[in-house]
Amino acid sequence: MSWTWFHRLGSPPYIYGLARRLTPWLAWPAGALIVAALYGGLVLAPPDYQQGDGFRIIYMHAPSAWMSLMVYTTMAVAAAVGLIWRIKVAHAVAASCAPIGASFTLAALVTGSLWGEPMWGTWWEWDPRLTSELILLFLYLGYMGLRGAIEDAQRADRTSAVLAVVGVVNVPIIHYSVTWWNSLHQAPSVMRVGKPTLSTAMLVPLLMMLLGFTLYFAAVLLVRLRAEILNRERSASWVREVVGT
Amino acid sequence: MDRVREFLDMGGYAAFVWPAYAVTLAVALLNVAWARRALARSVAAARRRLAGGGDS
Amino acid sequence: MPELPNSTLAATAAEPRTTGATGEGTSVLEAARLVLLRDLTLAFRRRGQLVQPLAFFAIVTTLFPLAISPELARLREVAAGVIWVAALLASLLALESLFRDDAYDGALEQYALSGQPLTGLMFAKTAAHWLLTGLPLALMAPLAALSLGAPAGAVPGIVASIAIGTVALSLIGSIGAALTLGIRRSGVLLALLTLPLSLPVLIFGARASELAIQGASYVAPLELLSALAVLGITLAPLAAAAAVRISLE
Repeated sequence: MSWTWFHRLGSPPYIYGLARRLTPWLAWPAGALIVAALYGGLVLAPPDYQQGDGFRIIYMHAPSAWMSLMVYTTMAVAAAVGLIWRIKVAHAVAASCAPIGASFTLAALVTGSLWGEPMWGTWWEWDPRLTSELILLFLYLGYMGLRGAIEDAQRADRTSAVLAVVGVVNVPIIHYSVTWWNSLHQAPSVMRVGKPTLSTAMLVPLLMMLLGFTLYFAAVLLVRLRAEILNRERSASWVREVVGT
Repeated sequence: MDRVREFLDMGGYAAFVWPAYAVTLAVALLNVAWARRALARSVAAARRRLAGGGDS
Repeated sequence: MPELPNSTLAATAAEPRTTGATGEGTSVLEAARLVLLRDLTLAFRRRGQLVQPLAFFAIVTTLFPLAISPELARLREVAAGVIWVAALLASLLALESLFRDDAYDGALEQYALSGQPLTGLMFAKTAAHWLLTGLPLALMAPLAALSLGAPAGAVPGIVASIAIGTVALSLIGSIGAALTLGIRRSGVLLALLTLPLSLPVLIFGARASELAIQGASYVAPLELLSALAVLGITLAPLAAAAAVRISLE
C-alpha cells in the first residue's frame, strides 16, 4: 500500500493543477442538471394537492438547506485534516468553504420564510428547521469573524479549524435541542399544512437539483481553492509557471 | 399567451415562488462571480509579487 | 466525532516539548489543584471584579419588571427565561479575563511548557471560573426568582438547573476564550462564538426552571443538562488546550 497519493493531495502545485483541470468537468454538468431540474420542477412537476404551485419553492429551499449543511461538514472535515496532518491545502479548502456556506444558509432562511408566509400565514415561524438554519448562520458568521480577526495566516487557519471542529460536534446537539424545544411549544392556532408527499414527477427534479448543486459547490470550491492556494504560496517557483509571467 | 400568464401566476403563489427562485439563483451566480474575482485578484497579486522581484 | 479533538491534541502534543523541572514528579491532579488555588487566590485579591457578574445579573433581572410590567402573574410566565438569559450573559461577561491575564504575564506559556497535560490545567482554570461565577449565580438566582413572582417551592429546581447549566457554560466559554486569545477587543467576537454553542444549555436550563416554577417534575431537562455538562467536561478542555497551544505557537 503506497501513501504517495496522500502526500500528493497535500502538495499545492498538484492540487492547483488538478483543481484547474477538474473545474469544467464539474461546472458544465452542474449547470446542465440545474437547468434541467428547473424545467422539471417549474413545468413538468404537477402542483401539490394541498399547497398548489406554492410547493415549487422546495426546489430552491431544499438545495439551499442541503448546501448549508454539506458545506459546513466539508469545512469541518477539511479543518480537522489540516489540524491533524498539518496540511496547508486542507486549511485552504476550509477557508474557501465559509463564504459559500454562509450565503446559501442565508438563501435557505429567505426561501424558508417565503414558503412560510403562504403556508403558515406568517413570515417567520420558530420552526425547528428554520431555527437551526438561523443558528447555523451564526456559526458561519462566528467562524468568518474569528478568521478575519487573526492577522497571522497560519494561526488564523489553525485557530478557526478548532472552532469548525467544535461547531460540527455541536450541530447535532443544537438540532436535537431545538427540535425538543419546539415539540414543547406547538402553537395550536398556527395553521399547519402537511409536508408535501412527493410523487415521482416531483421527486426526480428535486434529486437532480440536489446533485446539480453538489457538483456546483465542488466547482465553485475549486476556483476559490486556487485563489487561497496562491495567497498562501508566497514565493514558490511553480507559481511563476502557473500565473505565466 | 394565456399559458405563459398562467405559468407566471404560479396558481396565485407568484409573489412567493418567484422571489424564492430569484434569491437562490442570485446567490448561486454571485458565488461564481465572487470565486472568479477572488482567483483573478490572487493571480494578479502573484504576478505583481513575481514581477517586483521582491516579497510583496 | 469525539475522536477529532482528541487526535488533534495528540498531534499538537507530539511536538517536542521541554520537560521543565517543575513538571517532574508532580502528578496531574496536584498540578491542577495548584492552578485552581492560584486562580482562586488571584480572584479574591480583586474582590471588586468578583462581584461584577453578580451585580450585572441583578441589574438585568431588574430591567424586566420595568420593561414588561410589575404584575407578578405576568412576570412569573417569563421568569425562567429572564433568569436564564441573565445568567448566560453574566457568565459570558467574566470569560474575557479567563485566560487574558495569564497570557499577559506568561503563566499560560509556563503551563504549556511545564510538561503537565495542558488539558488538565485548562480544566482546573475552567473549574475556577465556575466556582467564581456559576456557583455564586446559582446561589443568587433564588432572589431573582422570588422577585419575579416564582413560588418558594421552585427554588431548588432553579438553583440546581443554574448550578449544573453554568458548568456547561463555563466549559463552552473556555473554548471561546482560548480561541480569541491574542485578539484585541475580543468581547463581541467572544459572544458571537460562544452564544450559538450555548443554546442547548439555555433551552434545557430554562425548561427545567420553568417546570420548577409550574410545580411540575423537572428531572428530564435536568438530566439532559447534566449530560451536556458531562460531555463538556470530557471534550471542552481538549479543545481549549489545543486552541491555547496554537495561540502560543
